[in-house]
Amino acid sequence: MELVEAIILSVLAASTPLLIAATGELVTERSGVLNLGVEGMMIMGAACGFAGAWLTGSIVVGAICGIVAGTLMSLVFALMALGLAVNQVATGLALTILGIGLSGLIGAGFVGERITPAPHLYIPVLTDIPLVGRVLFGEDAFVYLSIALIVGVWWFLYQTRPGLILRACGDNHVSAHALGYPVLRIRTLAVMFGGACAGLAGAYLPLAYTPFFIPGMTAGRGWIALALVVFASWRPGRLVVGAYLFGAVTILQLHAQGWGVGIPSQFMSALPYLATVIVLVLLSRARTGGSTAPAALGTVFVPDR
Amino acid sequence: MRKTLLALATGLLLAGSVSAASAADKLKVGFIYLGPIGDLGWTYQHDQGRLALEKELGDKIETTYLENVPEGPDAERAIEQLVRAGNKLIFTTSFGYMDPTLKVAKKYPNVHFEHATGYKRDKNMSTYSSKWYQGRYIQGLIAAKMSKTGVLGYIGSFPIPEVVSGINATILAAQTINPNIKVKIIWANTWFDPGKEADAAKALVDQGADVIMQHTDSPAAMQIAAERGKLAFGQDSEMIKFGPKAQLTSILDTWGPYYIARVKAELDGTWKSEDTWGGLDSHMFAMAPYTNMPDDVKKMAEDAQAAITAGKLHPFKCPVVGQDGKEVECKGGDHLDDGQILGMNFYVKGIDDKIPGK
Repeated sequence: MELVEAIILSVLAASTPLLIAATGELVTERSGVLNLGVEGMMIMGAACGFAGAWLTGSIVVGAICGIVAGTLMSLVFALMALGLAVNQVATGLALTILGIGLSGLIGAGFVGERITPAPHLYIPVLTDIPLVGRVLFGEDAFVYLSIALIVGVWWFLYQTRPGLILRACGDNHVSAHALGYPVLRIRTLAVMFGGACAGLAGAYLPLAYTPFFIPGMTAGRGWIALALVVFASWRPGRLVVGAYLFGAVTILQLHAQGWGVGIPSQFMSALPYLATVIVLVLLSRARTGGSTAPAALGTVFVPDR
Repeated sequence: MRKTLLALATGLLLAGSVSAASAADKLKVGFIYLGPIGDLGWTYQHDQGRLALEKELGDKIETTYLENVPEGPDAERAIEQLVRAGNKLIFTTSFGYMDPTLKVAKKYPNVHFEHATGYKRDKNMSTYSSKWYQGRYIQGLIAAKMSKTGVLGYIGSFPIPEVVSGINATILAAQTINPNIKVKIIWANTWFDPGKEADAAKALVDQGADVIMQHTDSPAAMQIAAERGKLAFGQDSEMIKFGPKAQLTSILDTWGPYYIARVKAELDGTWKSEDTWGGLDSHMFAMAPYTNMPDDVKKMAEDAQAAITAGKLHPFKCPVVGQDGKEVECKGGDHLDDGQILGMNFYVKGIDDKIPGK
């Protein structure tokens, strides 16, 4: 039983950065903007988050630094892709390369340092409940924050008028513009939210997961977050399922190796990616109830004034 | 959508940065690195070697490095880029650069290449590597002494001979202390992903391992061991900072002397293609101080290190028994020969697992 609990705890921790980054990208993409720079924003969040926490000794300050760094990066993207109507794919890729380089530069002085990671919650009695106690009440705050975040995003997108307007921008920016909505301003805000989330997700790695900074430590998690948004067919509920499924497969394949299950580890490492491909195929075959992707995703919009 | 996926793919391929110093007619020496120089492990140690080289011969040479160069077709471009920039001696520092290096070497016969940990050579392409299995043997002795559960946790990168021989050396040593020692092996299928390495270490600890060994590059596993109150060995570089109460020792790659010797040869015009495989005796690597262990274990480790250095103790002393219970052919007299170790693709008896894909 303890092992099951340990596995669930590991899965939660492994899924959290993916969930946070993907939540941000989901909002960005629902507004019609494809920002492929998640990896770059994440690694900047990791570098600045660690720097902030190391300099001040506060995890909260670190998390805020990560959020600010991710947001600033996304503003660069917004300026190029929305302000100057540059191709979004190219801009996003450039943002990733910029982020990887810049984070290495910022983080260079902090390589080899370590901090005390974010504390795990402890609520007397509740945390001590067997099996579920540590899972529900004993993880670090980021884990619960990520769940609150995705619930909040779901509520915003589907239960509020601004959420409806944001989705309208993503599905048909010309109509939204004709109705008088400030498409570019809304999209800029969505991009900034995506950047803030990516920055926080990146900061989670050095603040809670592995409490040190190493260049390139996001190791492709930004790309996985992007894939998760597609996997979830741009829906918050499925995103949660996808993120935890991805985390679970990642962790379980490690445990399976330790148990000596006779499946080649290379195959098990590839499983989460295989699952994404299969879902993509299923999605494209079962096009019931309209297209799944925001119709205006990735297209440039220049309002005629 | 197709655009998205295409973009994803290109994005993964890009990611490299260039750094160069400047000077006119100094000898230009280039380095290709797999990871970032700040990885605190494999690439970091190579870069320490480069820095030692600059310190020693800085007035005669100029060094350039490319970091974050993925193994595969991209590597070929990166190596060629160094050639075009005028580098006359180029070190490619990862196994996966073997074929790209060979290809570029054939194209530019006047440039000299040095490839780390590979086995393909040419008249202008040398190889160099270390006998890390000697260090792993010492670690195996310590691990068996220090483990209370009798279960060791081993994080592998990829099931290539270098890693497999390390696992075997560890277990052969551990069995001399505790014949029933168990090892759980988890392959991370990456050299560098701190998060995944930490996950693997957590999984091993959760499954009962109390001494963690790794053949991946970041200090993540060390840090998890420290957090969980277990013991661990560092990899490539000094990692005691990440586990002051956890690190037993670490195999430290010390490339500096080799790089200096090879560049001096190049400067003298005596460089020729060679195959260098050095061990403790030739200082290709060193052991970090033995810490967090009682004096008798420390003494045992030091004695073993001295015996290996003096050539009195060979980790793969015959008979070596494979998993099938059969003795492995003893080609090196009283121990396995270099070829058998360099191409090792079997587990020894006592490892209750299979090499993936076999």
